[in-house]
Amino acid sequence: MEASARLTELGFNVVLVERQGRLGGHVDNWDFLFPDRKPAANILNPLKDAINYKVEVKLSSEISSIKKLNGQYVTSLSTGDFIKTDAILVATGFDLFDAVKKEEYGYGIYEKVITAADLEEYFSGKNGHKLLRKDGRGKIGILHCVGSRDEKAGNEYCSKVCCVTGVKQAMKLREYFPGYEVYCFYMDLRMFGRYFEDLYKEAQEKWGVQFIRGRVSEASETHDNKIMVKFEDTLAGKPMKISLDLVILLTGFVPAAGALQLKELLSLETGKDRFFKPVDEHLKRNHTSRQGVFLAGACTGPKSIAESITEARAVALEISSFLKNNE
Amino acid sequence: MMVKDKFGFSIHADNQVNLDKGDYSLLQKIMAAEPGFLNCISCGSCTASCTAASFTDFNFRVLCQNVRRGQNTNLMNELSKCMFCGKCRLICPRGINTRKIISLLHKELSNTMQYA
Repeated sequence: MEASARLTELGFNVVLVERQGRLGGHVDNWDFLFPDRKPAANILNPLKDAINYKVEVKLSSEISSIKKLNGQYVTSLSTGDFIKTDAILVATGFDLFDAVKKEEYGYGIYEKVITAADLEEYFSGKNGHKLLRKDGRGKIGILHCVGSRDEKAGNEYCSKVCCVTGVKQAMKLREYFPGYEVYCFYMDLRMFGRYFEDLYKEAQEKWGVQFIRGRVSEASETHDNKIMVKFEDTLAGKPMKISLDLVILLTGFVPAAGALQLKELLSLETGKDRFFKPVDEHLKRNHTSRQGVFLAGACTGPKSIAESITEARAVALEISSFLKNNE
Repeated sequence: MMVKDKFGFSIHADNQVNLDKGDYSLLQKIMAAEPGFLNCISCGSCTASCTAASFTDFNFRVLCQNVRRGQNTNLMNELSKCMFCGKCRLICPRGINTRKIISLLHKELSNTMQYA
C-alpha cells in the first residue's frame, strides 16, 4: 500500500493486486502495536487513505500467469483481468507458522493453548472468546520461538519480532487479568529496536512479568484443566515444571504460500530460509535478478511494520529510477 | 606458621574457574567426531525432556557446557545417569546429535579413565 501511494505521488499508474478480500494483511488482525501501543488501525487507515481513488485495487485476485511481451509484463488474474505493466513489485509478505506442527505444545488439542495472533484477535474483540475470568487468579505462560530457530520445524532463522510481541502481550495480559502472573519462556530475548529494551524493563518493573531462560519441551493437560509445561530454567540449571491457566505460543514468520507460486512464475531466487533473495543485502535489497521485478516487505524475511513501510518508500524510489531510465 | 595462626584469618582457594587452565583435550576429540557439539545455544530442551533428569540430578546441558569450558571432573559419574533414551536428540532445535555425543564421551572416558 505504501509503495503504491508513493509511486502514484511520483506520477506512475499503479495496480495493486491482493489475494484477500480486504487490504491490510496481517496488520488488520492485530489489536495494538509495539513499541508505543498504538492501535493497528492508526497505521492502516492513513495507508488506506493514501491510495484511495488513486490506485487501482484488485481484491480477491490471484495471479494465474505472468508473461513478458515487448518489454512489458502481462499479468493475468484469476478474475479474468489482464494487467500490462513495466515493472512488478512483489510484496507477498509472510504467513504465520502453523503451530499445529509443534504437536508437543498442544495447539489445536488443548483449548487453553492459543497463539499470539489468537490473543490479538481476543484483545480486539473479534473472536468473542472468553479466555479467562477477569477477576480470576492463576498463571499465564508465553512461549517464545515457536517455529523459529528450530531445525525440527524446518525454520532455523529468527523471526525477530516475536520477542517484543511477547513482552507487549505479557504487559497487556497483566493489565487485562491482574490476578494472573505472567511467565515468558525464552532462549534469547532479542530487543533489537528502539524502545524495545524499555518495554522489557517496564514488563519486569511495572508489571512483574517473570522471564525464564529455557525452552519449553512439552505441554500436557492436567486433570484440573490446566496446562503443565516442562522446561529447564537454564540460569538455575534445573529442570522444572509449572501449571498454567493459559499458554500463548509466539509463532514465527514463514514465507507466504503465494510467494512460492510467484517464485515459479517469475523465476525468482530464494535463500535457504525460503524467503526471496535480493541481489545484494546492502545495496540492492529490493532488486531481483529479473529486470523490472522488485521486492519489498516481509517477502525477503521477517520484518517489523516500521521496517516494511520504510522499505516500501525505498523501493518506490528504485522503481521510479528504473522506469525513468527505461523510458 | 599458618596464615590463620599468625593473622587470625585464612586464605581460601580461588573459587573462580580459570579457563586458561582448562583441559580442552576431550572437547577437541568430541569436536573432531561431532562438530555440532559447539552449536548448542543452551536452550535447555535436552535437560527438560530428559528421562533421567526426572529422577536424578543429571543435567546433560550443564555436562556439555563443562566439557566446552575444559572442566572435565566427575564426568563418568554424571554420564552413568544417562539412560540413552535419545529424547534429547529428538528435541534439540539446533539438530545436535546428542546421543552420539554421549556415546563418544563414554568411549573417550573408558579409554583414558582420566576424567572419572
